[in-house]
Amino acid sequence: MAAAADGHGGGGGLDPLHQFEIYPILSINIGGYDVSFTNSSLWMVIAAVVAYLIISRGVGAGSLVPTRMQVVAETLYSTVANMVRDNVGDAGKKYFPFVFTLFMFVLFGNLLGMIPYSFTFTSHLAVTFAMAATIFVTITIIGIMRHGLHFFSLFFPAGAPLATAPILIPIEIISYLSRPVSLSVRLFANMMVGHTLLKVLGSFALMMGAAGILPLGLLVGITALEFLVAALQAYVFTILTCIYLHDAIHLH
Amino acid sequence: MVDDQLDKRLKDLGKRVKTAQAKRAERTGASGGGRGKPAEGMAVGVRITVEMIAGLAVGVCIGLYADKQLGTAPWLLILGFLLGAGASFANVLRTARELDARQARERQAAIDRARDE
Repeated sequence: MAAAADGHGGGGGLDPLHQFEIYPILSINIGGYDVSFTNSSLWMVIAAVVAYLIISRGVGAGSLVPTRMQVVAETLYSTVANMVRDNVGDAGKKYFPFVFTLFMFVLFGNLLGMIPYSFTFTSHLAVTFAMAATIFVTITIIGIMRHGLHFFSLFFPAGAPLATAPILIPIEIISYLSRPVSLSVRLFANMMVGHTLLKVLGSFALMMGAAGILPLGLLVGITALEFLVAALQAYVFTILTCIYLHDAIHLH
Repeated sequence: MVDDQLDKRLKDLGKRVKTAQAKRAERTGASGGGRGKPAEGMAVGVRITVEMIAGLAVGVCIGLYADKQLGTAPWLLILGFLLGAGASFANVLRTARELDARQARERQAAIDRARDE
């Protein structure tokens, strides 16, 4: 019931979007820019710390018969290591730390958001787009550094007749520019939709009284699905980064 | 004598399990994909949808912005829309091809695993 009291919006009903509200915890203002430490920043710090603790505690033991924590850490590590090897190849080993950090940050951002009263920072387009834009710029720079001007052959599929260049090149450039958009919108939309759905169904359960048992049952299923989506979207976000990295390193 | 018989039966059973596993891998591999877990199917659907919208959105945004800067409305918007649509299709085709390749790889791995065992 406390959640209901918290979630009361202007219209008297429950406000499912209340959970996405950002408020400053520590107001900081530098040179006219508002760089306050918000609840979003807080959960980013928590995600980073939790990821660090799990990996450091898991690896710290390093025993032959693994502890539970070690199994978790090793599974996460080998998942991303396999992903990089399968999708980028041996040349991708250099970028493994980058990809692994990204995976852990997104994964724990998604999973920690499933804790009641927490904040899911991956449900904000500003956050996901900032990450996707960073990835996009980094990967483009990696590609240009490795191939020089030859990198731009990425925008013209090999073997296509030269006469199609005026159409194909703009299309390929737009397609390339749409990568950070699709990367960020996918993660943001999945997290936002899932969490809104949870709150809407939750408010149904409250409003319907005794019949609320029906949406409550549905809610249990949706919650399980949300955990799956949280892990899956972190995986998809990382695997797409790997694919883009592959394109930049091998040019097709 | 009894031991020999038991051994033979055990080996026979092992062979039968192996062929059944290989057959199952082939069967599920052949019809796989669509019958995967629902969350994975949804992820593929969302992925392709977003891919389609993103190309169009980028094309339209570039067109609108260029029109505003050059005062050529609405021609660059129309051009951007068309090129964006093309980019969307290119994106979707590329995604579909990549998903196909991964599925084929997984199917092959499943068959190999069943054969090896």
